Amino acid sequence: MLTGIRRVFKSGLVGFWRSAYVSLASVFVLTISLFVIGATMFLDQLLTVSLQTLQSKVDINVYFVPEAPQEEISRLQTALEALPDVESVSFTSREESLEIYRERNQGDEIAMQALEELNENPLGATLAIQAKETSQYEQIAQFLEEQQAQESPNAPVIDEVNYNRNRESIDKLTSIIDAVEQAGFLILVILLLASVLITFNTIRLAIYTAREEISIMRLVGAGNMFIRGPFMLQGVMYGLLAAFLAVLLFYPLLLWLAPGTEAFFEFNLLDYYTANIVYIFLVLAGIGIVLGLVSSALAIARYLRV
Amino acid sequence: MIYFDNVSKLYSDGRSAALQEVTFQVAPNEFVSIVGHSGAGKTTLLKMIIAEDQPSHGKVFFESLDVHQIPRAKLPHYRRKIGTVFQDFKLLPNKTAYENVAFAMEANGRSDEEIAENVPQALALVDLEDKVWHFPHELSGGEKQRVAIARAIVNQPDIIIADEPTGNLDPIATYEIVQILRKINELGTTVIMTTHNKGVIDEIDRRVITMDNGKIVRDDTKGKYVL
Repeated sequence: MLTGIRRVFKSGLVGFWRSAYVSLASVFVLTISLFVIGATMFLDQLLTVSLQTLQSKVDINVYFVPEAPQEEISRLQTALEALPDVESVSFTSREESLEIYRERNQGDEIAMQALEELNENPLGATLAIQAKETSQYEQIAQFLEEQQAQESPNAPVIDEVNYNRNRESIDKLTSIIDAVEQAGFLILVILLLASVLITFNTIRLAIYTAREEISIMRLVGAGNMFIRGPFMLQGVMYGLLAAFLAVLLFYPLLLWLAPGTEAFFEFNLLDYYTANIVYIFLVLAGIGIVLGLVSSALAIARYLRV
Repeated sequence: MIYFDNVSKLYSDGRSAALQEVTFQVAPNEFVSIVGHSGAGKTTLLKMIIAEDQPSHGKVFFESLDVHQIPRAKLPHYRRKIGTVFQDFKLLPNKTAYENVAFAMEANGRSDEEIAENVPQALALVDLEDKVWHFPHELSGGEKQRVAIARAIVNQPDIIIADEPTGNLDPIATYEIVQILRKINELGTTVIMTTHNKGVIDEIDRRVITMDNGKIVRDDTKGKYVL
């Protein structure tokens, strides 16, 4: 048994080396497939992260009238935080609002003057609400309206909810995010399918050139495992080598792409690559080995029949 | 040791036959030549023995074993008892002469010590000691056939089956191959060989089975090539 395994290994390695041309072609095709798969992994990461940053920038603000009582605002904040769709709610007091306003209009003499003349703080407190998904802002806005109608229909504490103002851009962003996610998935599926088929076909061709050998091995009385073993081992080697090459190939590419993407998406792909290089290699090697092994096994099964 | 019992092989159209009611037997240590025109059924006959082809009717026995009742998983085992030699040599192109012979032993599950001992012996028997590490494409036709014979005998089979072993060879190489096959036969191995070559038959001067149209038309113990 042990001798058998040793012989399969030796024969597989020697075969890989002696049919170097065919082996190299298979490895390169598999490298391209894995590169495509890896690229979709990076693209997916890039999209996810940039969507997250984009989403975190979208919020709705509830502006309260200046005379709104503090406990009512607190009550509303607690109610909002209890909603399952709400990610976070942050409170800005009247004084803080004034401070922010002052800072923002530091150079603006007229605005400062107007503020002086008023003698009192004209600004109300605000609540900034972040939803988990952009599509949930509508419900939150509705909830606020209902709350308002219930609590104090005659003396409204909410001056304005800027959801209605932001509505259009929020809706647009939501639909863009949906479209990008759907298109991304579709592209991923097509690319994956194409690369799997190409790999499978290449390895099948590589084994097709060996079909005569397989029939000779059978005539000499070699058992099926003894014939199949070296070819399957070669499939595994194709996968491993291709994963290694693909990971290597990403380095110069990302080195070149990183500054551009960082400026645009606020996400450094090169950092992600170096931080996750082992994970990326393991994923690609796993896919490569399975692809190589399955392709080899399927291709040989054809020629092993009597 | 080989026994054909009324064996017929029909083609898929059901009418024309590659073999028709063939019955004969081969005793241990015989040297049998099978002659006949192309398409007479010689190769089909040999394929029956190694279970490469199934008969439509009749049975083929190897000693007491019904060859076509052997389960597929056991076939490699059965084939190791038979050494095969072909007109087109059928060597593994990516392996050296030594490795080609050793492969048959590895497939047979022999130990490394046995392989190291028997492979050089087999190659010496066919006079190829000096080209042990050559690849098939570096060998002449006669040399390739000698490697194939070394491979066929290295597992010490009970029987050697040779399908037109000299078909692709020049007269001198043909003579050498015939001498080697005779030597193997004298050492105690049964040989069944098909051939077109009248000179080969006359040289061997042993039993000759003549086939025509899928039938055995002559069976002479000290045969001449008659067609």
